[in-house]
Amino acid sequence: MTIAPTDVALPAAPRAQGRVWTYVRRHPTIAIGGTLLGLMVLMAIFAPYLGTVDPQALSPVRRLRWPSAQYWFGTDMLGRDVYSRTIYGARVSLTVGLSVALCSTVLGLAIGLVTGFSRAADAIVMRVMDGLMSIPGVLIAIALMALTRASMENVIFAITVAQVPRDTRLVRGVVLTLRELPFVEAALASGTGFFRILWRHILPNTLPPLLVQATFTAASAMIVEATLSFLGAGTPPNIPSWGNIMAEGRSLFQVAYYIVLFPGAFLSITVLAINLLGDGLRDALDPRLARRM
Amino acid sequence: MAQPLLCVRGLVKHFPVKKGLLQRTVGQVHAVDGISFDIAEGETLGLVGESGCGKSTAGKTILKLIDPTAGEIRIRGERIDALTRREMRAYRRQLQVVFQDPYSSLNPRLKVRDIIGEPLVNYAVSTGRELDQRVTELAIKVGLSAEALDRFPHEFSGGQRQRIGIARALALHPSLIICDEPVSALDVSVQAQVINLLGDLQREFGLSYLFVAHDLAVVEHISHRIAVMYLGKIVEIADKQALFTRPQHPYTEALLSAVPVPDPEASRKRIILRGDVPSPVTPPPGCRFHTRCPYAFDRCSKEEPEMREVVRGHHVACHLREAQTGANETATLPA
Repeated sequence: MTIAPTDVALPAAPRAQGRVWTYVRRHPTIAIGGTLLGLMVLMAIFAPYLGTVDPQALSPVRRLRWPSAQYWFGTDMLGRDVYSRTIYGARVSLTVGLSVALCSTVLGLAIGLVTGFSRAADAIVMRVMDGLMSIPGVLIAIALMALTRASMENVIFAITVAQVPRDTRLVRGVVLTLRELPFVEAALASGTGFFRILWRHILPNTLPPLLVQATFTAASAMIVEATLSFLGAGTPPNIPSWGNIMAEGRSLFQVAYYIVLFPGAFLSITVLAINLLGDGLRDALDPRLARRM
Repeated sequence: MAQPLLCVRGLVKHFPVKKGLLQRTVGQVHAVDGISFDIAEGETLGLVGESGCGKSTAGKTILKLIDPTAGEIRIRGERIDALTRREMRAYRRQLQVVFQDPYSSLNPRLKVRDIIGEPLVNYAVSTGRELDQRVTELAIKVGLSAEALDRFPHEFSGGQRQRIGIARALALHPSLIICDEPVSALDVSVQAQVINLLGDLQREFGLSYLFVAHDLAVVEHISHRIAVMYLGKIVEIADKQALFTRPQHPYTEALLSAVPVPDPEASRKRIILRGDVPSPVTPPPGCRFHTRCPYAFDRCSKEEPEMREVVRGHHVACHLREAQTGANETATLPA
C-alpha cells in the first residue's frame, strides 16, 4: 500500500536544561514575579531568624522612635518594633492570600464544572453567583465578619465567599466552550465515558486559565484582608498584619508616616509580584502564543 | 442488493430557537428535514451542499453526537437512533469520525500516542506493550513516523494533524467513517495527500465513508455516489458519473456550473443563483429551492416535490422531472 510522505520534518526536541533557561528568558515577568514572591514567602517562614524581636513586646519608653540602626523601621506609639511587626505581618497576608486563592479555585472549579454540564444547576447556581457578584467583595467580607468572631480562618472564609463567583464564572465559561469542541466530540464518538472526558479532556484545558485567575485572586485577597484589618473587621489586633499595622499608624500619619509606609510598601511589592507572575503565566499558557513558539 | 451498512430514513433534526427570560421556544431551526439514503459496504457517499444546509448536522446526528428529532438510523439493520448513550457505546466501534478543523479536533494537552490510543483503551482492545505496538502501527499506516508519537499536536502541520485524526478514527477498525469536511481546512497540495490516504485505507480495510464537503471537485474524486443537500433536504442523489454529466436538479446544475475548470479557453454557461439561502427557521413552502430556482413555476411554491427515481439509481426531488419518470437517459433541463 502506498503512503504519502509526511509534510514536514520535525525539529529536534530541545534539551530539558536548556528549556528551563529559555523559558525564563522568554518570560521575564514570571521570573521577576516568582522570585519576589519566593523571597516574601521565605521571609514569612524565617521571620524569627531575621533579626526580629517579639512583634508584640511593648516598650512605652521607646515609643515613636524614627527608623535607625537599632529600629530599622522605627517603633510605633506603643514602642513595638515596626520592622518585626512588618516581617511577621507577611505571614498573615501570604497565608490569607494563598489560602483564599486555593479555596476559591477548588470551589470555583467544582461548582463551575457542575454548572457547565448541568442546565438545571446552571440556572439556579449562576443566579446566586450573579447576586453575590453584584455586591462589592469587601462589603460581603465585612458583612460576614460582622456575623462571626475575628480570626484568620474567618477572614479566609469571608474573602473566599466573595471570590468564588469569579472563579465559578471562569470555569463555567471555559467548560461551555470546551464541551462543544471537536476533540471532545471525537472522544465521545470513540467511546470515552463522561468522567473520563471530564478528567482527560475538560480538566487539563481548564487549569491554565484558572491558574492565572488564582494569582489575581491571591493578590486581591491580600488587599481585601488588609482593607478588613484596616477597617477593624479583619484579623484580631493581637496578630500583626499589614492592615492592622497601617490602621494603627493611620492616626499618627503626620508625625510618624513610616509606620504606614513600610507595611504599605511590602503589601504593594507582594501584590505586584503576584500580578507579574499572573501576567507572565497568562502569556506563557496562552495556546495561541504557545503554538508560535 | 445485500443489506446496506448504513440506512438512514426520514432523518430529522430540529433545533429549538429560545428567547427571553423564560427561554420559551419561539421556533425551530430545520437543520435536517427528512433525509434518506443508504451506504453500502466499501462505498463512499459524498454529501454536498452550501454552508448551513445541514450536512454536518446530518453527520453528527448519525454519529449520535446529537439526538435526532425523528427518523430511523440503522447500522447493518439494527436501529441506533433511539439508543441511550450507554447502549450506543457498543455501536461506536463501527462508526468513527474525522473532523474538519485539524486544530480543535485534537486535545492540545495530550501526546499523539494518547490521542491515537484513546479508543483502544476505551474498549480495552489492547494494553501495555501490545497497545504501544498497535498505536505505532496505526501511526505508520497513516504516514506518520514512530517518533511523532511522543509529541504534542501543536508541533504538527495541519495535514499531519489530520493524519493523527484519521489514525484515531481507524483504531477500532470501524466499518464507516464519517468525514466531516476533512480536507477543507488544508492547503490544496495537502488535500490531495489526505484524500489519497483515505482512498488507500478504504481499499485496504473495505471502509465505507460518508464524505461531507462543500467542494465538488474533492467529492468527485473520492465518492462513488453523491447526495446534494439544500436547506435540510436531499434534492438529488445519484452515481458520481451520472450526477456530473446529467444533473437532474436545477440546484445541482448551478452547483456544477460553479466548479472551476482548469482551462482558460473553456467557455461555458455559469448559472448565477440570485438571492440568499432562505432562513432554516422559516423554510419556504413547497419546494425549498423555488425562491432561487430559474425554472420555478406555480406548483413549486405550493407542493413539495417527492423524491423519485428518474433513471435507475438516480433520484431527484423536482416537479420538472415528474413527467419524465422512466428511463430517459438524455434528459436535459429546459433552457
